Amino acid sequence: MHLLAEFQEGLRIAWEAIRTNKLRSGLTTFGIVIGIVTVSLMATALQELNRSFHDAISFLGTDVLYIDRREWFVESDQKWDEVQRRPNITLPQARALEHGLGMVLGVAPTVTYMVDSVRHGVRSSTGSITIIGTTEQFLVTGGHTLAAGRFMTKAEAEGNRAVCIIGSEVAEQLFPGESPLGQMLRLGEESHTIIGVFAKRGTAFGQMSLDNQVIVPIGKLVRTFVSAPNCTIQIKVGDDARVAAVREEVRGLMRKIRRVPPGRPDDFAINQQEQLQGEIGRVSAVIATSGFFITGLSLFVGGIGIMNIMFVSVAERTREIGLRKALGARRRTILLQFLLEAAGICLFGGVLALGCTAAAIAFAQSFLPKATLSLSVVVLALGVAAVTGVVSGFLPAWRASRLSPVEALRQE
Amino acid sequence: MSVIHLDQICRSYVMGVETVHALRGVSLTVERGEYVAIMGPSGSGKSTLMNVLGCLDTPTSGSYELNGHNVGEMDDDELADIRNREIGFVFQTFNLLARATALRNVELPLIYAGADIDERHDVALAALHSVGLGDRVYHRPNEMSGGQRQRVAIARALVNQPSILLADEPTGNLDTRTGEEILELFDQLHEAGHTLIVVTHEEDVARQARRVIRIRDGLVASDEPVVR
Ligand SMILES: Nc1ncnc2c1ncn2[C@@H]1O[C@H](COP(=O)(O)OP(=O)(O)OP(=O)(O)O)[C@@H](O)[C@H]1O
Ligand SMILES: [Mg+2]
Repeated sequence: MHLLAEFQEGLRIAWEAIRTNKLRSGLTTFGIVIGIVTVSLMATALQELNRSFHDAISFLGTDVLYIDRREWFVESDQKWDEVQRRPNITLPQARALEHGLGMVLGVAPTVTYMVDSVRHGVRSSTGSITIIGTTEQFLVTGGHTLAAGRFMTKAEAEGNRAVCIIGSEVAEQLFPGESPLGQMLRLGEESHTIIGVFAKRGTAFGQMSLDNQVIVPIGKLVRTFVSAPNCTIQIKVGDDARVAAVREEVRGLMRKIRRVPPGRPDDFAINQQEQLQGEIGRVSAVIATSGFFITGLSLFVGGIGIMNIMFVSVAERTREIGLRKALGARRRTILLQFLLEAAGICLFGGVLALGCTAAAIAFAQSFLPKATLSLSVVVLALGVAAVTGVVSGFLPAWRASRLSPVEALRQE
Repeated sequence: MSVIHLDQICRSYVMGVETVHALRGVSLTVERGEYVAIMGPSGSGKSTLMNVLGCLDTPTSGSYELNGHNVGEMDDDELADIRNREIGFVFQTFNLLARATALRNVELPLIYAGADIDERHDVALAALHSVGLGDRVYHRPNEMSGGQRQRVAIARALVNQPSILLADEPTGNLDTRTGEEILELFDQLHEAGHTLIVVTHEEDVARQARRVIRIRDGLVASDEPVVR
């Protein structure tokens, strides 16, 4: 009760002090405004970076393991040499793993092969095309959806039939305004019947299009293009909680299949979306650290300004402080009053800064359409502003609170 | 029990190499309901004494008991509470908050006492009525005469029902007629049972009191009842 009344009174005094010194308070907040604008822009940029990255890697799926000859991230040159010497993961090895594995939603070996173009009659696609050889299980592990037609069947996959499913970009390029289903697609020397078209998926990392793919039975691809294939095996676990267990099972199986002697390190890698997230986390941390250094500097300069103006405010109101103490104000009451005033000035600056930030983001939306000023950034900005106010107002407020009533009242 | 009991109070100020002895050993006792005038030449230590009595200043030596409590042993916050509850101080220069209305000025001690908003409003309003300012509640100090300002200050001093009212030259900044009105108000307060200590230069003012203490060079020179 006591504290609440004091708090209200402090707020009131702070409000009056700021209102009577509008210009002065406004100018003082300038440094804070710059600092807070930096904070909120940076936080927004980081959020945007994380979000777009998250969108970009979401096609990988959180519960999908990618068994590959090499890791997605190789830290050292030494490791790179080792990775390069590893033998390929062969088709029989992939099959062995598939047979050995227990309960999972799907296992799909994949072999990729890049070609410059694919053709239909006289029409030819532009830009490189990724041909993925795989099995019927790829629909489960890859998380694709079909826009038209169907995916390959088990029989087609095992029979190495000349069928294919094409990405939306390939469909648009080769079959503008007509249905690709049942049409023939020429891959190198061979013609494949188009049985399905994938829904549009966009790009990963802003450039790698997921829509210029052609999916064919794995045996067919190997026979046509790749004599010594290196497989990547996709395993859809189907349950995030079991991912770790399946990972261990896969590791054991793969070591056995590839005859890795005990005590030797794995000669294959089990990659996961998680690793990419760890990587982006490191990048964000670097950006955040350097950004917060700049921010910290401008907030520091702004804070010094606040401290200065608060010393002026205390000096101007020494007599008033004396009077308040004479009437029974305790030290903490006076302290609170000036801290609230400092925090108030900074919050005012924070609001101003958020206005600037909102404007900047509105401008940025022309090239970053998904960027918004999120609530968490607003809270962060105002929090940082208030803390700056309290920290920089503390010394003047503390001095004010310790003034002797007689001395203060004697001031002119 | 006496309201005030001072024993050998000294207060000195160190000014560089010199030491100014404003009070050199003042002892006095004031009972509940007394009306005391303090007189003395300029620089004799009257204001210093009042500041000590009002717990605004701490004596260099000597002991001060207020309602039986030793003030010298109190810490800063306890002193603030004492000033808030036990002492009403009226200054020569009024010391009102310029930007606040009469009502808000009078509410201040109630805020520091922790009273809630409704209680604050009612009590402050009653205090303003009791000093005859019921029609100036929402006026700011610069919209009031000197006498009215001093009444606001008196209402503020009385609002927490303190055990003593201290006034340091309360009529010093007022013309004779307005001063007399304030003195009348003091008389009424005395009749109502308040304990008053008033510092003054004027014999007329002092004669209104029931007891006059004369200070000279930081010592009590005389202390006698007023003969009417
Ligand atoms: N803060 C201070 N520092 C130094 N000396 C002081 C201080 N306050 C008072 N004095 C000295 O103490 C002595 C008593 O001062 P005080 O203000 O109590 O006198 P007073 O009786 O109230 O005088 P007046 O009638 O003029 O108001 C004076 O000599 C004064 O110079
Ligand atoms: Mg004086």
